[in-house]
Amino acid sequence: MGELYDRLAGDVRFVEGLKACLNCGTCTAICPAAEFYAYQPRQIVDILQTHDDQAIESLLKSETIWYCGECMSCVTRCPRGNAPGLLITVLRAASQDLGYFVESEKGRQQLAIKRTVGEWILDYGYCLYPSEILPEKHPEQGPVWEWEHEHIEEVMERLGANYKKTGPGILRKVPQEDLDEIRKIFDVTGGTARFNAIENYSKQKAGEMGIDLDDTLDNDYMKKIYTENSQNHGREL
Amino acid sequence: MKVEGKRRIWKDYQKEIADDRYFYVRSCVRQNFFPASEKMFFRILKEELGKDIFENAAHTTCSGIGYHSDVVPFETTMTMVARQFALMTESGYQNFTTSCITSFGLYTEILETWHHFPEVEARVRENLKKATGREFDKPSNLSHASDVIYKFRKEIGEKARYRLVNKQTGQPLRCVEHIGCHYSRMFPGKGVGGAEYPYVLAGMIEEWGGEVIDYPERRHCCGFGFRQYLIQANRGYSLSCSKKKFDSMAPYKPDLILTNCPGCPMFLDRWQYTLSEMEGTTYGENGQGIPVLTYEELAGLVLGYDPWDLGLQVHQVPAEPLLDKMGIPYDSNRKFLNRDGQSMGRPKAPSFLKFY
Repeated sequence: MGELYDRLAGDVRFVEGLKACLNCGTCTAICPAAEFYAYQPRQIVDILQTHDDQAIESLLKSETIWYCGECMSCVTRCPRGNAPGLLITVLRAASQDLGYFVESEKGRQQLAIKRTVGEWILDYGYCLYPSEILPEKHPEQGPVWEWEHEHIEEVMERLGANYKKTGPGILRKVPQEDLDEIRKIFDVTGGTARFNAIENYSKQKAGEMGIDLDDTLDNDYMKKIYTENSQNHGREL
Repeated sequence: MKVEGKRRIWKDYQKEIADDRYFYVRSCVRQNFFPASEKMFFRILKEELGKDIFENAAHTTCSGIGYHSDVVPFETTMTMVARQFALMTESGYQNFTTSCITSFGLYTEILETWHHFPEVEARVRENLKKATGREFDKPSNLSHASDVIYKFRKEIGEKARYRLVNKQTGQPLRCVEHIGCHYSRMFPGKGVGGAEYPYVLAGMIEEWGGEVIDYPERRHCCGFGFRQYLIQANRGYSLSCSKKKFDSMAPYKPDLILTNCPGCPMFLDRWQYTLSEMEGTTYGENGQGIPVLTYEELAGLVLGYDPWDLGLQVHQVPAEPLLDKMGIPYDSNRKFLNRDGQSMGRPKAPSFLKFY
Protein backbone atom coordinates (compact mmCIF):
# COMPACT_ATOMS: atom_id res chain seq x y z
CA MET A 1 0.00 0.00 0.00
CA GLY A 2 1.13 3.51 -0.76
CA GLU A 3 1.11 6.60 1.41
CA LEU A 4 -1.71 8.18 -0.57
CA TYR A 5 -3.84 5.05 -0.41
CA ASP A 6 -3.27 4.86 3.34
CA ARG A 7 -4.38 8.47 3.68
CA LEU A 8 -7.66 7.70 1.90
CA ALA A 9 -8.13 4.44 3.79
CA GLY A 10 -7.94 6.32 7.08
CA ASP A 11 -11.28 7.97 6.35
CA VAL A 12 -14.33 6.12 7.74
CA ARG A 13 -16.22 6.93 4.55
CA PHE A 14 -13.58 5.02 2.59
CA VAL A 15 -13.95 2.04 4.90
CA GLU A 16 -17.73 2.15 4.45
CA GLY A 17 -17.57 2.88 0.73
CA LEU A 18 -15.13 0.25 -0.55
CA LYS A 19 -15.75 -3.37 0.32
CA ALA A 20 -14.88 -5.41 -2.77
CA CYS A 21 -15.86 -4.36 -6.27
CA LEU A 22 -16.57 -7.06 -8.86
CA ASN A 23 -16.54 -4.54 -11.71
CA CYS A 24 -20.11 -5.31 -12.80
CA GLY A 25 -20.80 -1.71 -13.85
CA THR A 26 -24.23 -1.46 -12.22
CA CYS A 27 -23.16 1.85 -10.65
CA THR A 28 -22.24 3.26 -14.06
CA ALA A 29 -25.53 2.08 -15.54
CA ILE A 30 -27.57 3.96 -12.94
CA CYS A 31 -25.30 7.04 -12.69
CA PRO A 32 -26.75 10.38 -13.95
CA ALA A 33 -23.21 11.77 -14.29
CA ALA A 34 -22.12 8.84 -16.48
CA GLU A 35 -24.87 9.76 -18.90
CA PHE A 36 -23.73 13.36 -19.15
CA TYR A 37 -19.96 13.30 -18.65
CA ALA A 38 -17.11 11.00 -19.68
CA TYR A 39 -17.43 9.38 -16.29
CA GLN A 40 -17.69 5.87 -14.90
CA PRO A 41 -17.93 5.30 -11.15
CA ARG A 42 -16.87 1.69 -11.82
CA GLN A 43 -13.48 2.93 -13.03
CA ILE A 44 -12.99 5.06 -9.92
CA VAL A 45 -13.52 2.06 -7.65
CA ASP A 46 -11.34 -0.09 -9.90
CA ILE A 47 -8.43 2.35 -9.66
CA LEU A 48 -8.75 2.58 -5.88
CA GLN A 49 -8.69 -1.21 -5.61
CA THR A 50 -5.25 -1.27 -7.23
CA HIS A 51 -3.77 0.61 -4.24
CA ASP A 52 -1.50 2.27 -6.84
CA ASP A 53 -0.42 5.67 -5.50
CA GLN A 54 0.61 6.98 -8.91
CA ALA A 55 -2.78 6.16 -10.40
CA ILE A 56 -4.53 7.66 -7.37
CA GLU A 57 -2.50 10.88 -7.65
CA SER A 58 -3.51 11.18 -11.31
CA LEU A 59 -7.11 10.71 -10.27
CA LEU A 60 -6.84 13.47 -7.66
CA LYS A 61 -5.49 15.83 -10.33
CA SER A 62 -8.07 14.84 -12.94
CA GLU A 63 -11.38 16.29 -14.11
CA THR A 64 -12.97 12.89 -13.47
CA ILE A 65 -13.56 13.09 -9.73
CA TRP A 66 -15.51 16.35 -10.12
CA TYR A 67 -18.18 14.92 -12.44
CA CYS A 68 -20.22 13.09 -9.77
CA GLY A 69 -23.37 14.84 -8.49
CA GLU A 70 -23.33 12.96 -5.15
CA CYS A 71 -26.94 11.79 -5.68
CA MET A 72 -25.85 8.41 -4.29
CA SER A 73 -27.94 6.41 -6.77
CA CYS A 74 -24.97 4.03 -7.01
CA VAL A 75 -25.19 3.22 -3.31
CA THR A 76 -28.69 1.76 -3.61
CA ARG A 77 -27.85 -0.52 -6.49
CA CYS A 78 -24.35 -1.87 -5.80
CA PRO A 79 -24.73 -5.62 -5.26
CA ARG A 80 -21.65 -5.68 -3.03
CA GLY A 81 -22.45 -2.78 -0.71
CA ASN A 82 -19.87 -0.38 -2.13
CA ALA A 83 -20.57 3.34 -2.26
CA PRO A 84 -18.73 4.99 -5.17
CA GLY A 85 -20.41 8.33 -4.39
CA LEU A 86 -19.02 8.21 -0.88
CA LEU A 87 -15.53 7.42 -2.21
CA ILE A 88 -15.80 10.52 -4.37
CA THR A 89 -16.26 12.65 -1.23
CA VAL A 90 -13.03 11.19 0.16
CA LEU A 91 -11.12 11.78 -3.10
CA ARG A 92 -12.34 15.38 -3.37
CA ALA A 93 -11.36 16.07 0.23
CA ALA A 94 -7.83 14.78 -0.42
CA SER A 95 -7.56 16.64 -3.74
CA GLN A 96 -8.31 19.93 -1.99
CA ASP A 97 -6.19 19.35 1.10
CA LEU A 98 -3.18 18.33 -1.06
CA GLY A 99 -3.67 21.13 -3.59
CA TYR A 100 -4.27 18.82 -6.57
CA PHE A 101 -7.71 20.29 -7.34
CA VAL A 102 -6.21 23.32 -9.10
CA GLU A 103 -4.78 21.04 -11.81
CA SER A 104 -8.22 20.56 -13.43
CA GLU A 105 -10.80 22.96 -14.83
CA LYS A 106 -13.61 21.40 -12.77
CA GLY A 107 -11.45 21.18 -9.66
CA ARG A 108 -10.54 24.88 -9.80
CA GLN A 109 -14.26 25.67 -9.42
CA GLN A 110 -13.99 24.80 -5.72
CA LEU A 111 -12.81 28.34 -4.97
CA ALA A 112 -16.10 29.75 -6.29
CA ILE A 113 -18.08 27.36 -4.08
CA LYS A 114 -15.91 28.21 -1.05
CA ARG A 115 -16.36 31.93 -1.62
CA THR A 116 -20.14 31.64 -1.95
CA VAL A 117 -21.76 28.75 -0.06
CA GLY A 118 -18.73 28.33 2.21
CA GLU A 119 -18.58 31.97 3.27
CA TRP A 120 -22.38 32.28 3.54
CA ILE A 121 -22.39 29.47 6.13
CA LEU A 122 -20.00 31.52 8.26
CA ASP A 123 -21.48 34.97 7.54
CA TYR A 124 -25.21 34.21 7.68
CA GLY A 125 -25.58 30.73 9.21
CA TYR A 126 -27.27 29.54 5.98
CA CYS A 127 -25.87 27.75 2.92
CA LEU A 128 -27.93 30.07 0.71
CA TYR A 129 -29.17 33.59 1.34
CA PRO A 130 -31.72 35.50 -0.77
CA SER A 131 -29.78 38.74 -1.22
CA GLU A 132 -26.81 36.73 -2.58
CA ILE A 133 -28.77 34.80 -5.22
CA LEU A 134 -28.40 37.41 -7.94
CA PRO A 135 -30.75 37.12 -10.94
CA GLU A 136 -27.91 38.05 -13.32
CA LYS A 137 -25.92 35.01 -12.14
CA HIS A 138 -29.05 32.84 -12.18
CA PRO A 139 -30.94 33.51 -15.41
CA GLU A 140 -32.54 30.06 -15.07
CA GLN A 141 -34.40 31.28 -12.00
CA GLY A 142 -36.65 33.24 -14.34
CA PRO A 143 -38.72 36.42 -14.04
CA VAL A 144 -40.56 35.35 -10.87
CA TRP A 145 -37.30 35.17 -8.90
CA GLU A 146 -36.19 38.43 -10.51
CA TRP A 147 -39.42 40.05 -9.25
CA GLU A 148 -39.12 38.35 -5.87
CA HIS A 149 -35.51 39.45 -5.51
CA GLU A 150 -36.49 43.04 -6.26
CA HIS A 151 -39.18 42.96 -3.54
CA ILE A 152 -37.52 40.38 -1.30
CA GLU A 153 -38.35 41.88 2.10
CA GLU A 154 -42.03 42.44 1.24
CA VAL A 155 -42.37 39.01 -0.39
CA MET A 156 -40.77 37.27 2.57
CA GLU A 157 -43.06 39.16 4.96
CA ARG A 158 -46.11 38.19 2.86
CA LEU A 159 -45.09 34.53 2.98
CA GLY A 160 -44.64 34.50 6.73
CA ALA A 161 -40.84 34.68 6.98
CA ASN A 162 -38.95 36.47 9.74
CA TYR A 163 -36.30 37.70 7.30
CA LYS A 164 -33.41 39.56 8.94
CA LYS A 165 -35.29 39.82 12.24
CA THR A 166 -34.51 38.35 15.64
CA GLY A 167 -36.17 35.33 17.26
CA PRO A 168 -37.14 32.06 15.63
CA GLY A 169 -38.63 31.74 12.16
CA ILE A 170 -37.83 31.55 8.49
CA LEU A 171 -34.60 33.33 7.44
CA ARG A 172 -34.30 34.97 10.86
CA LYS A 173 -31.04 36.76 11.61
CA VAL A 174 -28.81 34.14 13.21
CA PRO A 175 -27.44 35.73 16.41
CA GLN A 176 -23.75 36.67 16.40
CA GLU A 177 -22.97 34.32 19.31
CA ASP A 178 -24.26 31.40 17.22
CA LEU A 179 -22.24 32.50 14.19
CA ASP A 180 -19.23 32.66 16.51
CA GLU A 181 -19.89 29.04 17.53
CA ILE A 182 -19.96 27.96 13.86
CA ARG A 183 -16.63 29.67 13.27
CA LYS A 184 -15.14 27.91 16.29
CA ILE A 185 -16.44 24.57 15.04
CA PHE A 186 -14.76 25.27 11.69
CA ASP A 187 -11.51 26.15 13.49
CA VAL A 188 -11.52 23.03 15.67
CA THR A 189 -12.58 20.49 13.04
CA GLY A 190 -10.56 21.43 9.96
CA GLY A 191 -13.17 23.53 8.16
CA THR A 192 -11.07 26.68 8.39
CA ALA A 193 -7.95 24.78 7.30
CA ARG A 194 -9.85 23.44 4.23
CA PHE A 195 -10.99 26.96 3.34
CA ASN A 196 -7.44 28.28 3.70
CA ALA A 197 -6.06 25.47 1.54
CA ILE A 198 -8.57 26.23 -1.21
CA GLU A 199 -7.67 29.93 -1.08
CA ASN A 200 -3.91 29.47 -0.98
CA TYR A 201 -3.62 26.84 -3.71
CA SER A 202 -5.99 28.85 -5.92
CA LYS A 203 -3.97 32.05 -5.50
CA GLN A 204 -0.80 30.17 -6.34
CA LYS A 205 -2.44 28.69 -9.44
CA ALA A 206 -3.87 32.04 -10.54
CA GLY A 207 -0.31 33.42 -10.33
CA GLU A 208 1.02 30.56 -12.45
CA MET A 209 -1.74 31.12 -15.01
CA GLY A 210 -1.16 34.89 -14.96
CA ILE A 211 -4.82 35.61 -14.16
CA ASP A 212 -5.93 38.31 -11.75
CA LEU A 213 -7.38 37.01 -8.46
CA ASP A 214 -8.17 39.31 -5.54
CA ASP A 215 -10.34 38.60 -2.49
CA THR A 216 -13.65 39.56 -4.14
CA LEU A 217 -16.11 37.58 -6.26
CA ASP A 218 -15.54 39.90 -9.17
CA ASN A 219 -12.17 39.24 -10.80
CA ASP A 220 -10.90 37.46 -13.89
CA TYR A 221 -10.05 34.17 -12.14
CA MET A 222 -13.43 33.95 -10.40
CA LYS A 223 -15.27 34.75 -13.64
CA LYS A 224 -13.24 32.13 -15.46
CA ILE A 225 -13.85 29.30 -12.99
CA TYR A 226 -17.55 30.15 -12.61
CA THR A 227 -18.35 30.29 -16.32
CA GLU A 228 -15.65 28.50 -18.30
CA ASN A 229 -16.62 25.23 -19.95
CA SER A 230 -14.01 23.85 -22.31
CA GLN A 231 -16.63 21.40 -23.62
CA ASN A 232 -14.10 18.59 -23.25
CA HIS A 233 -16.02 16.74 -20.59
CA GLY A 234 -18.72 14.93 -22.50
CA ARG A 235 -19.20 11.31 -23.24
CA GLU A 236 -18.34 10.31 -26.80
CA LEU A 237 -21.51 9.30 -28.60
CA MET B 1 -50.00 0.42 -12.57
CA LYS B 2 -49.77 -2.91 -10.79
CA VAL B 3 -49.27 -2.10 -7.16
CA GLU B 4 -49.66 -5.45 -5.40
CA GLY B 5 -45.94 -6.33 -5.45
CA LYS B 6 -44.99 -2.81 -4.53
CA ARG B 7 -47.33 -2.81 -1.57
CA ARG B 8 -45.55 -5.91 -0.29
CA ILE B 9 -42.21 -4.12 -0.60
CA TRP B 10 -43.58 -0.99 1.05
CA LYS B 11 -44.65 -3.09 4.02
CA ASP B 12 -41.03 -4.18 4.48
CA TYR B 13 -39.95 -0.59 4.90
CA GLN B 14 -42.23 0.91 7.52
CA LYS B 15 -40.31 3.25 9.76
CA GLU B 16 -41.27 4.50 13.16
CA ILE B 17 -42.32 8.14 13.06
CA ALA B 18 -42.85 9.96 16.35
CA ASP B 19 -46.42 11.18 16.86
CA ASP B 20 -45.82 14.34 18.89
CA ARG B 21 -43.23 16.70 20.44
CA TYR B 22 -41.09 17.50 17.41
CA PHE B 23 -37.84 19.48 17.50
CA TYR B 24 -37.81 21.13 14.06
CA VAL B 25 -34.81 22.31 12.05
CA ARG B 26 -35.20 24.37 8.90
CA SER B 27 -33.93 23.98 5.34
CA CYS B 28 -31.65 26.54 3.68
CA VAL B 29 -33.16 26.00 0.23
CA ARG B 30 -36.78 25.99 1.38
CA GLN B 31 -36.38 29.15 3.45
CA ASN B 32 -35.10 30.91 0.34
CA PHE B 33 -37.47 29.49 -2.26
CA PHE B 34 -40.51 27.98 -0.47
CA PRO B 35 -40.72 29.82 2.86
CA ALA B 36 -44.51 29.48 3.09
CA SER B 37 -44.18 25.67 3.08
CA GLU B 38 -42.30 25.70 6.37
CA LYS B 39 -44.87 28.15 7.75
CA MET B 40 -47.61 25.74 6.62
CA PHE B 41 -45.91 22.78 8.30
CA PHE B 42 -46.19 24.58 11.65
CA ARG B 43 -49.84 25.50 11.00
CA ILE B 44 -50.79 21.94 10.07
CA LEU B 45 -48.99 20.45 13.06
CA LYS B 46 -50.18 23.00 15.62
CA GLU B 47 -53.56 24.21 14.39
CA GLU B 48 -54.91 21.25 12.44
CA LEU B 49 -53.42 18.37 14.43
CA GLY B 50 -52.79 19.92 17.86
CA LYS B 51 -49.18 18.75 18.04
CA ASP B 52 -46.21 20.22 19.88
CA ILE B 53 -43.50 21.46 17.49
CA PHE B 54 -40.58 23.60 18.61
CA GLU B 55 -37.87 25.61 16.89
CA ASN B 56 -34.75 26.79 18.72
CA ALA B 57 -33.70 30.18 17.28
CA ALA B 58 -30.02 29.30 17.81
CA HIS B 59 -30.06 26.54 15.22
CA THR B 60 -28.29 27.09 11.90
CA THR B 61 -27.57 25.35 8.65
CA CYS B 62 -26.18 21.83 9.07
CA SER B 63 -23.67 22.88 6.34
CA GLY B 64 -24.95 20.04 4.12
CA ILE B 65 -24.75 21.85 0.78
CA GLY B 66 -21.20 22.88 1.67
CA TYR B 67 -20.43 19.28 2.60
CA HIS B 68 -21.87 17.76 -0.57
CA SER B 69 -20.14 20.38 -2.71
CA ASP B 70 -17.03 19.27 -0.82
CA VAL B 71 -15.77 22.56 0.62
CA VAL B 72 -16.78 21.57 4.17
CA PRO B 73 -15.02 18.53 5.72
CA PHE B 74 -17.04 15.61 7.14
CA GLU B 75 -15.57 16.26 10.58
CA THR B 76 -16.93 19.82 10.50
CA THR B 77 -20.38 18.79 9.29
CA MET B 78 -20.61 16.07 11.94
CA THR B 79 -19.88 18.68 14.61
CA MET B 80 -22.42 21.12 13.12
CA VAL B 81 -24.98 18.31 13.32
CA ALA B 82 -23.91 17.51 16.87
CA ARG B 83 -24.60 21.16 17.75
CA GLN B 84 -28.17 20.83 16.41
CA PHE B 85 -28.60 17.72 18.61
CA ALA B 86 -27.28 19.71 21.57
CA LEU B 87 -29.92 22.40 20.98
CA MET B 88 -32.58 19.68 20.86
CA THR B 89 -31.30 18.24 24.13
CA GLU B 90 -31.15 21.65 25.81
CA SER B 91 -34.72 22.36 24.65
CA GLY B 92 -36.01 19.16 26.28
CA TYR B 93 -36.95 17.30 23.08
CA GLN B 94 -36.03 13.87 21.71
CA ASN B 95 -37.83 13.65 18.37
CA PHE B 96 -35.79 15.39 15.70
CA THR B 97 -37.58 16.47 12.51
CA THR B 98 -35.84 18.10 9.62
CA SER B 99 -37.30 20.14 6.77
CA CYS B 100 -34.42 19.30 4.43
CA ILE B 101 -33.65 16.01 2.66
CA THR B 102 -29.92 16.72 2.32
CA SER B 103 -29.90 17.26 6.08
CA PHE B 104 -32.05 14.17 6.70
CA GLY B 105 -29.63 12.06 4.66
CA LEU B 106 -26.69 13.50 6.54
CA TYR B 107 -28.25 13.07 10.00
CA THR B 108 -28.99 9.46 9.07
CA GLU B 109 -25.48 8.86 7.70
CA ILE B 110 -23.84 10.47 10.73
CA LEU B 111 -25.88 8.49 13.26
CA GLU B 112 -25.04 5.30 11.33
CA THR B 113 -21.35 6.28 11.23
CA TRP B 114 -21.33 6.83 14.99
CA HIS B 115 -23.06 3.48 15.48
CA HIS B 116 -20.38 1.64 13.51
CA PHE B 117 -17.44 3.81 14.63
CA PRO B 118 -18.02 4.82 18.27
CA GLU B 119 -14.57 6.42 18.36
CA VAL B 120 -15.77 8.96 15.76
CA GLU B 121 -18.75 9.87 17.93
CA ALA B 122 -16.43 10.31 20.92
CA ARG B 123 -14.18 12.60 18.88
CA VAL B 124 -17.13 14.69 17.67
CA ARG B 125 -18.35 15.05 21.26
CA GLU B 126 -14.91 16.34 22.24
CA ASN B 127 -14.82 18.72 19.27
CA LEU B 128 -18.25 20.13 20.07
CA LYS B 129 -17.38 20.59 23.73
CA LYS B 130 -14.12 22.29 22.84
CA ALA B 131 -15.71 24.61 20.27
CA THR B 132 -18.97 25.47 22.03
CA GLY B 133 -19.01 23.92 25.51
CA ARG B 134 -22.15 22.00 24.52
CA GLU B 135 -23.08 18.36 25.05
CA PHE B 136 -25.84 16.32 23.46
CA ASP B 137 -28.08 13.29 23.47
CA LYS B 138 -28.79 11.57 20.19
CA PRO B 139 -32.42 11.81 19.05
CA SER B 140 -34.62 8.87 19.96
CA ASN B 141 -36.54 9.38 16.72
CA LEU B 142 -35.39 10.97 13.45
CA SER B 143 -37.89 11.90 10.79
CA HIS B 144 -38.15 14.05 7.72
CA ALA B 145 -41.03 16.52 7.74
CA SER B 146 -42.66 14.61 4.86
CA ASP B 147 -42.67 11.49 7.08
CA VAL B 148 -44.74 13.44 9.60
CA ILE B 149 -47.28 14.60 7.00
CA TYR B 150 -47.38 11.01 5.69
CA LYS B 151 -48.09 9.76 9.21
CA PHE B 152 -51.08 12.10 9.52
CA ARG B 153 -52.28 11.80 5.91
CA LYS B 154 -55.55 10.17 6.99
CA GLU B 155 -56.31 12.89 9.55
CA ILE B 156 -55.60 15.52 6.89
CA GLY B 157 -57.76 13.58 4.43
CA GLU B 158 -60.64 13.54 6.90
CA LYS B 159 -60.52 17.35 7.10
CA ALA B 160 -60.17 17.78 3.34
CA ARG B 161 -62.18 20.53 1.67
CA TYR B 162 -60.77 19.68 -1.76
CA ARG B 163 -59.55 16.40 -3.16
CA LEU B 164 -57.14 15.39 -5.90
CA VAL B 165 -60.02 14.83 -8.27
CA ASN B 166 -60.83 16.66 -11.48
CA LYS B 167 -63.99 18.57 -10.65
CA GLN B 168 -65.17 18.52 -14.26
CA THR B 169 -64.66 14.83 -15.02
CA GLY B 170 -64.73 13.26 -11.54
CA GLN B 171 -61.51 11.41 -12.41
CA PRO B 172 -58.54 11.19 -10.02
CA LEU B 173 -55.78 13.68 -10.84
CA ARG B 174 -52.68 12.09 -12.33
CA CYS B 175 -49.75 12.77 -10.02
CA VAL B 176 -46.01 12.35 -10.40
CA GLU B 177 -44.26 11.84 -7.10
CA HIS B 178 -40.57 12.75 -6.97
CA ILE B 179 -38.50 11.70 -3.96
CA GLY B 180 -35.30 13.53 -3.02
CA CYS B 181 -32.27 11.27 -3.60
CA HIS B 182 -30.93 11.52 -0.08
CA TYR B 183 -34.25 10.51 1.49
CA SER B 184 -33.57 6.78 1.23
CA ARG B 185 -31.01 5.92 -1.47
CA MET B 186 -28.21 5.48 1.05
CA PHE B 187 -30.23 3.95 3.89
CA PRO B 188 -33.41 2.43 2.42
CA GLY B 189 -34.63 1.26 5.83
CA LYS B 190 -34.81 4.86 7.05
CA GLY B 191 -37.41 5.93 4.49
CA VAL B 192 -41.09 4.97 4.23
CA GLY B 193 -41.21 2.32 1.50
CA GLY B 194 -37.43 2.06 1.03
CA ALA B 195 -35.39 3.32 -1.91
CA GLU B 196 -36.93 1.57 -4.90
CA TYR B 197 -40.61 2.10 -4.05
CA PRO B 198 -40.75 4.95 -1.56
CA TYR B 199 -44.31 5.40 -0.40
CA VAL B 200 -44.05 8.61 1.58
CA LEU B 201 -45.56 10.83 -1.17
CA ALA B 202 -47.53 8.12 -2.97
CA GLY B 203 -49.37 7.48 0.31
CA MET B 204 -50.44 11.15 0.53
CA ILE B 205 -51.58 11.21 -3.11
CA GLU B 206 -53.66 8.04 -2.76
CA GLU B 207 -55.18 9.14 0.55
CA TRP B 208 -56.21 12.50 -0.88
CA GLY B 209 -57.89 11.03 -3.95
CA GLY B 210 -55.22 11.17 -6.66
CA GLU B 211 -53.62 8.53 -8.87
CA VAL B 212 -49.87 7.94 -8.85
CA ILE B 213 -48.18 7.76 -12.27
CA ASP B 214 -45.50 5.12 -12.72
CA TYR B 215 -43.22 6.32 -15.51
CA PRO B 216 -39.80 5.10 -16.71
CA GLU B 217 -37.57 7.78 -15.15
CA ARG B 218 -39.52 7.99 -11.91
CA ARG B 219 -36.45 7.46 -9.75
CA HIS B 220 -34.01 9.60 -11.73
CA CYS B 221 -32.39 12.50 -9.86
CA CYS B 222 -33.76 16.02 -10.55
CA GLY B 223 -30.18 16.96 -11.35
CA PHE B 224 -29.19 19.30 -8.51
CA GLY B 225 -25.86 17.53 -8.18
CA PHE B 226 -24.63 20.24 -5.75
CA ARG B 227 -21.53 21.57 -7.60
CA GLN B 228 -23.28 20.69 -10.87
CA TYR B 229 -25.77 23.49 -10.21
CA LEU B 230 -23.85 25.86 -7.97
CA ILE B 231 -21.34 26.61 -10.74
CA GLN B 232 -22.84 28.18 -13.85
CA ALA B 233 -20.50 26.26 -16.18
CA ASN B 234 -21.88 22.92 -14.92
CA ARG B 235 -25.60 23.62 -15.09
CA GLY B 236 -26.08 21.63 -18.30
CA TYR B 237 -25.83 18.50 -16.10
CA SER B 238 -28.64 19.71 -13.88
CA LEU B 239 -30.89 20.79 -16.74
CA SER B 240 -30.32 17.54 -18.68
CA CYS B 241 -31.41 15.40 -15.75
CA SER B 242 -34.68 17.32 -15.36
CA LYS B 243 -35.29 17.26 -19.11
CA LYS B 244 -34.90 13.50 -19.10
CA LYS B 245 -37.58 13.26 -16.43
CA PHE B 246 -40.00 15.67 -18.15
CA ASP B 247 -39.68 13.85 -21.48
CA SER B 248 -40.35 10.56 -19.70
CA MET B 249 -43.38 11.72 -17.70
CA ALA B 250 -45.03 13.95 -20.34
CA PRO B 251 -46.80 11.12 -22.27
CA TYR B 252 -48.67 10.25 -19.05
CA LYS B 253 -50.10 13.81 -18.95
CA PRO B 254 -49.47 14.54 -15.27
CA ASP B 255 -51.64 17.15 -13.54
CA LEU B 256 -48.96 17.86 -10.95
CA ILE B 257 -45.54 16.86 -9.62
CA LEU B 258 -45.29 16.34 -5.85
CA THR B 259 -41.88 16.55 -4.16
CA ASN B 260 -40.37 16.07 -0.69
CA CYS B 261 -36.89 17.53 -1.18
CA PRO B 262 -36.11 21.25 -0.92
CA GLY B 263 -34.15 21.48 -4.16
CA CYS B 264 -36.23 19.23 -6.43
CA PRO B 265 -39.35 21.44 -6.61
CA MET B 266 -37.19 24.46 -7.34
CA PHE B 267 -35.32 22.71 -10.16
CA LEU B 268 -38.35 20.95 -11.63
CA ASP B 269 -40.12 24.34 -11.59
CA ARG B 270 -37.29 26.52 -12.92
CA TRP B 271 -35.99 24.09 -15.52
CA GLN B 272 -39.44 23.93 -17.13
CA TYR B 273 -39.14 27.68 -17.63
CA THR B 274 -35.56 27.38 -18.90
CA LEU B 275 -36.44 24.63 -21.39
CA SER B 276 -39.39 26.69 -22.64
CA GLU B 277 -37.06 29.65 -23.26
CA MET B 278 -34.34 27.48 -24.86
CA GLU B 279 -36.50 25.23 -27.01
CA GLY B 280 -40.04 26.56 -26.87
CA THR B 281 -41.06 23.30 -25.20
CA THR B 282 -43.81 23.25 -22.57
CA TYR B 283 -44.84 20.05 -20.81
CA GLY B 284 -48.45 20.77 -19.85
CA GLU B 285 -51.50 21.39 -22.02
CA ASN B 286 -51.94 24.53 -24.15
CA GLY B 287 -48.56 26.09 -23.35
CA GLN B 288 -48.93 25.45 -19.64
CA GLY B 289 -46.28 23.80 -17.49
CA ILE B 290 -46.76 20.95 -15.03
CA PRO B 291 -47.26 22.55 -11.58
CA VAL B 292 -44.68 21.39 -9.02
CA LEU B 293 -45.71 21.35 -5.37
CA THR B 294 -44.22 20.68 -1.98
CA TYR B 295 -46.13 18.28 0.30
CA GLU B 296 -47.13 21.15 2.60
CA GLU B 297 -48.48 23.14 -0.33
CA LEU B 298 -50.54 20.15 -1.43
CA ALA B 299 -51.75 19.42 2.11
CA GLY B 300 -52.62 23.12 2.45
CA LEU B 301 -54.66 23.08 -0.76
CA VAL B 302 -56.48 19.93 0.34
CA LEU B 303 -57.25 21.56 3.70
CA GLY B 304 -58.61 24.67 1.97
CA TYR B 305 -55.92 27.29 2.63
CA ASP B 306 -55.63 30.27 0.27
CA PRO B 307 -53.15 29.45 -2.53
CA TRP B 308 -51.38 32.79 -2.05
CA ASP B 309 -50.93 32.12 1.69
CA LEU B 310 -49.24 28.87 0.60
CA GLY B 311 -46.78 30.79 -1.57
CA LEU B 312 -47.88 29.45 -4.96
CA GLN B 313 -47.27 32.91 -6.45
CA VAL B 314 -43.49 32.40 -6.20
CA HIS B 315 -43.55 29.36 -8.46
CA GLN B 316 -42.34 30.03 -11.99
CA VAL B 317 -44.74 27.39 -13.35
CA PRO B 318 -48.22 28.72 -12.47
CA ALA B 319 -50.40 26.47 -10.31
CA GLU B 320 -53.69 27.91 -11.60
CA PRO B 321 -54.43 24.98 -13.98
CA LEU B 322 -54.26 22.63 -10.99
CA LEU B 323 -56.43 24.92 -8.85
CA ASP B 324 -59.03 25.01 -11.63
CA LYS B 325 -59.07 21.22 -11.91
CA MET B 326 -59.49 20.80 -8.14
CA GLY B 327 -62.18 23.49 -8.07
CA ILE B 328 -60.22 25.69 -5.66
CA PRO B 329 -61.26 29.36 -5.84
CA TYR B 330 -58.55 32.02 -6.00
CA ASP B 331 -58.38 35.76 -6.56
CA SER B 332 -55.92 36.55 -9.35
CA ASN B 333 -55.96 40.22 -8.35
CA ARG B 334 -54.44 39.35 -4.97
CA LYS B 335 -51.66 37.15 -6.31
CA PHE B 336 -48.86 39.70 -6.15
CA LEU B 337 -49.97 41.86 -3.22
CA ASN B 338 -47.89 42.42 -0.12
CA ARG B 339 -49.05 41.69 3.42
CA ASP B 340 -50.85 45.03 3.62
CA GLY B 341 -52.72 44.39 0.39
CA GLN B 342 -50.61 46.78 -1.69
CA SER B 343 -49.32 45.92 -5.14
CA MET B 344 -45.74 44.74 -5.56
CA GLY B 345 -46.03 44.94 -9.36
CA ARG B 346 -45.85 41.61 -11.16
CA PRO B 347 -43.16 39.45 -12.76
CA LYS B 348 -42.58 39.66 -16.50
CA ALA B 349 -44.31 36.95 -18.52
CA PRO B 350 -42.03 34.29 -20.00
CA SER B 351 -41.74 34.02 -23.80
CA PHE B 352 -43.62 30.71 -24.12
CA LEU B 353 -44.73 29.32 -20.78
CA LYS B 354 -48.28 30.48 -20.10
CA PHE B 355 -48.34 32.94 -17.23
CA TYR B 356 -51.23 34.07 -15.06
